[in-house]
Amino acid sequence: MSDRLSRSRLAPAAAGLAAVGLGLAAAEIMIRADWINRFIVPPPSEVARGISRIVLEEHIGHRFLLTAGECLAAGLMITVLGVAAGVLIHRFRLLRQATETWIAAWAAAPVVLAYPLFMVIFGRNAWTIIMIGFVAALPPVILKTIEGLSTTRKVLVDVGRSFNLTGTQQFWKILFPAALPTIFVGVRLGLIFALINIVGVEFLINSGGLGQLINDLAERYDLAGTYAAIFFVVLVSVAFFMTLERIERWLRPID
Amino acid sequence: MAADRDSAILTADDVTVRFATPEGVITAVEDVSFAVEPGEFLSIIGPSGCGKSTLFNVIGGLLTSHQGTVRVAGEIISGPHPSIGMVFQEESTFPWRTVSDNVAFPLELVGMPKRKRIERARRFIAMVGLAGFENRYPGELSGGMRQRVALARTLASEPKILLMDEPFAALDEQTRLLLGDKVLQIQQQLRQTTLLITHNITEAVQMSDRILVMTYRPGRVKRIVDINLPRPRDSEIVGSEAFGRYVAQIWNDLREEASRGMRDAETHALDHEAPP
Repeated sequence: MSDRLSRSRLAPAAAGLAAVGLGLAAAEIMIRADWINRFIVPPPSEVARGISRIVLEEHIGHRFLLTAGECLAAGLMITVLGVAAGVLIHRFRLLRQATETWIAAWAAAPVVLAYPLFMVIFGRNAWTIIMIGFVAALPPVILKTIEGLSTTRKVLVDVGRSFNLTGTQQFWKILFPAALPTIFVGVRLGLIFALINIVGVEFLINSGGLGQLINDLAERYDLAGTYAAIFFVVLVSVAFFMTLERIERWLRPID
Repeated sequence: MAADRDSAILTADDVTVRFATPEGVITAVEDVSFAVEPGEFLSIIGPSGCGKSTLFNVIGGLLTSHQGTVRVAGEIISGPHPSIGMVFQEESTFPWRTVSDNVAFPLELVGMPKRKRIERARRFIAMVGLAGFENRYPGELSGGMRQRVALARTLASEPKILLMDEPFAALDEQTRLLLGDKVLQIQQQLRQTTLLITHNITEAVQMSDRILVMTYRPGRVKRIVDINLPRPRDSEIVGSEAFGRYVAQIWNDLREEASRGMRDAETHALDHEAPP
């Protein structure tokens, strides 16, 4: 029974890894057969060698931690301030009517292009990068928090009312836990926005981190190294997603 | 068995509810008056659209914009009253809490220490026949089990009056009958005053001491029927001759109202049909 259970838990991860492996093998074959130009896409085997090379030559650990740290700072800010803003906007109908469309429009704005303005305000340092990540990633968290709170089933709110809950109890014991899965969708989306913008700004302003490394390697036309650096960006993303998943499971063990 | 208003635990006097709609003001419930004795099981039955759920919300204190008064032990209620425990038609367990934490919810609200409330919750979980499922989440249970969790949660608050709005409406007939047995057993064990809103005649006759039959919109009291079937009861009584007579009698009262409701729905649909 427990064997079957552990097998069923491992199966999705194994299937996912197998799919990635098959994709990489197919890419390797197509590149080696010259169906894909190797000067545009390097073979995965060269990228794999590139990973060990950039680890040794490009201070990848430091860069990885810098990008991950910036992403963590922006992620914490969007979670705390985005959820708080969402709660506030949900609470006051007028505020919601006045701002929701603007926030949705802001989500589509290419905030990264405003990097010169952020550099003037914060200087050429990590704060510029964190703040661009934060500003770009805030809208999905706010919007999803509003959505989660407003779509809480009426019957759950009525249960709270029938037990004479105060407004604060109604929020913490019913509305917030009911909205958590949707809020987490917002935080996940926000983290994607934050990471894209953080790596993009690092690339643009050459201020350390994985984005700067990708820029350097691309300019040296080291394609294998460029793709290897991108692999580390994916690793940052995976690390954050796994952490978030664990936090969500801890807060809401099952739905 | 008419309820004596002086000894009644719950009374409704001339309750009228009107709603403003785009098509004008609709009177959902009109001049409804009744009284419930302590320990009594009263069902309110009527066709769809007769204002049963509106009445549920009025008695539960969730709907306060009504005329007339509802009193609990003589006290006029103007909002949710601690003496009334509500069980809703829709699935209402908290999916993020275990069965045990769901049932302990009202105890947590009054600040009972964790160990004590979990212990108390266990008693009510066993009462609804879910012992062994304390650490499961609602998502792991069937619809009938989830409704039992909701019932146990309400019972844990030890209300003087249990108010239920078609709690088994979404369940299949067999489960409904068996859960009816469970509710009867609990009601008899706790001598719990119970008010059941339903459209199911079998369910109403199986469980009630009296049945209040409502008219179609506006919902008024058409008749109150005393059910003189022996207690303790269970679902076996469904096969008895006396049971059949009560069902026929109530259906007789309801048929006319249900037909009116159906005609009204058809007229409404025709009125709203787009011109060719």
